[in-house]
Amino acid sequence: MKLNRRLFIGTTLAAGAALSAPMVWGQAKPRVVIIGGGAGGATAARYLAKDSAGALDVTLVEANPIYTTCFFSNLYIGGFREFESLQHGYDKVAAGGVTVINDMATGVDRAARTVTLAGGQVLPYDRLILSPGIDFKEGSVPGWSVDAHAEIMPHAYKAGPQTQLLKAMVEAMPEGGTFAMVAPPNPYRCPPGPYERISMVAHVLKQKNPTAKILILDPKDKYSKQALFEEGWGLHYDGMVEWVGPEFGGAAVEVRPETMEIVVDGEVQKVDCCNVIPGQIAGKIAQIAGVTDDSGWAPVHPDSMKSKADENVYVLGDSSAQGDMPKSGFAANSQAKVAVMTIRAELTGSKAFPAKYTNTCWSLIAPEDGVKVGASYEPTPEKIASVDSFISATGEDAALRKATYEESLGWYAGITADMFG
Amino acid sequence: MGGRFPSLLALFALAAVAAGAEEIGDAERGEALFKKQCSACHQIGEGAKNRVGPRLNGLFGRRAGALEDFTYSKSMARMGADGLTWTLETLDAYVHNPKALVSGTRMNYRGMADPEARLALLAYIREWSDKPRDIPEAEPTAIMTDHAVDPAILAIQGDPDYGAYLSSECTTCHQADGSDQGIPSVTGWPEEDFVVAMHAYKDRLRPHPVMQMMAGRLSNDEIAALAAYFATLK
Repeated sequence: MKLNRRLFIGTTLAAGAALSAPMVWGQAKPRVVIIGGGAGGATAARYLAKDSAGALDVTLVEANPIYTTCFFSNLYIGGFREFESLQHGYDKVAAGGVTVINDMATGVDRAARTVTLAGGQVLPYDRLILSPGIDFKEGSVPGWSVDAHAEIMPHAYKAGPQTQLLKAMVEAMPEGGTFAMVAPPNPYRCPPGPYERISMVAHVLKQKNPTAKILILDPKDKYSKQALFEEGWGLHYDGMVEWVGPEFGGAAVEVRPETMEIVVDGEVQKVDCCNVIPGQIAGKIAQIAGVTDDSGWAPVHPDSMKSKADENVYVLGDSSAQGDMPKSGFAANSQAKVAVMTIRAELTGSKAFPAKYTNTCWSLIAPEDGVKVGASYEPTPEKIASVDSFISATGEDAALRKATYEESLGWYAGITADMFG
Repeated sequence: MGGRFPSLLALFALAAVAAGAEEIGDAERGEALFKKQCSACHQIGEGAKNRVGPRLNGLFGRRAGALEDFTYSKSMARMGADGLTWTLETLDAYVHNPKALVSGTRMNYRGMADPEARLALLAYIREWSDKPRDIPEAEPTAIMTDHAVDPAILAIQGDPDYGAYLSSECTTCHQADGSDQGIPSVTGWPEEDFVVAMHAYKDRLRPHPVMQMMAGRLSNDEIAALAAYFATLK
């Protein structure tokens, strides 16, 4: 959309004196480009357009016209949700005043302040928001690479066809077969995710293949909601799940996709289905933009989500290195709102308020057995720091667990409405 | 002030325990109040049955919404599942202003403002519940702190702009269009009900852990700002 000078002045005056924007007369509206249409990017796009009421030119770049949420994709594996229920289009985002471009961002020129798309388009920006999720660290699991082996040993850690593939493989396992998961090292997307997935796989196997075994090979010596998962597995899937921590070889795993074998501490074992969740780094475009550090993640200022490498760039969600917040959809959504407030204040002169962040992660262990963990956060000079937290208790009664599960369904409806309209 | 206030309350509560905690109010007066204000809907005593409202025998120590032969409002059932249990403290808050504790309660009662009258009523109701003096493992029934929201807090005029920003934390779960799918709607509430409910979470009178955390870090001004903003949404 292009405005001529007269029309621009006219609409600005019509918008009223509330707009005390530090804008230059005659120049186009300030432009914000957002890369990645998930929990961070879609939320940021919608709130920027909504809250600035037309004062900003907002463009969202997302490769997939239909987005599949990674959160709740385990519930699809467990048979609790239809795949389509995880999918969302961008019609309402566009209707809310956002220019949505379905293309892949392939380049960022921070000096020229432009983004290049695979289709050749070049988008200039005043502020850039990067919310590209995760990428996988090559060589993180010996014997496995995403390009060569994801069809044999799926990661299913970016929702979509991979999730469908893993579900089909679990359901096709031979009677009494072995499901193995190579769990990721910290930090990674959705800390309880691998263990909720184990619960969902166990739920499927309990019904279809009750003599099957589940093996978790874990490089970590502890993990999110561990006591709750262990209690739940004992209660619902007694004897089916075996967790192998680093002490017993969980950190020294090699996989052989060609022969469907895994090697744990030198010992070769045949498996029937193998879910490899590799080590992770920031989404590729964050690497390309040069805002990541040696850790592979993009450091940001705790009070704004602004990149430490560039004051015109913000990094949200999984890709950012911010401190205590887990990499989750809820966290990305929460961070988006702080970034939007900061960007609006910078570009339109709207009021800025102190940053507050929140996160809650719900997990399903078995039918109507839901648990949650959450915290609130505030910025300190060093990092986003946890200030208060809670977690479901072991031994909670069935009514509370059911209420927690129902609450998680409400949350899914709420956050997806917040992201996609 | 901030530091001294709770400890005084604690002292008060301790004093109540030390005194044996047997009498929480004038049960005879409470019986008269019950007949006048409650008995159209509730029964209590020998042979009490559910009527419009549930029977109130054994109320102290009972989980909210727990009688299997009574159909509660969705809101009451949810509070029960979240862990709301009827104690002197929660009952006092509920009788004072039912919506402070259970927003969508079907109990069509505007509340009892006089604290002494409430304690009298609850003393009468407690006659028909287990008491620690009879069953030592029963929940203490005579411990309470003051939960009423200071009128000065209710009088704060919130900044709706600040509320709009703060509300973006709420809309991750509570839908801005007011739909209620497993998580209740928070839009279009009377401002005072909103403020009272948020303080009930802040004081941990309402049981939900996410909401206790969210409300716990909001200042009085921030709660007022949110109330002002959400009241503007239809």
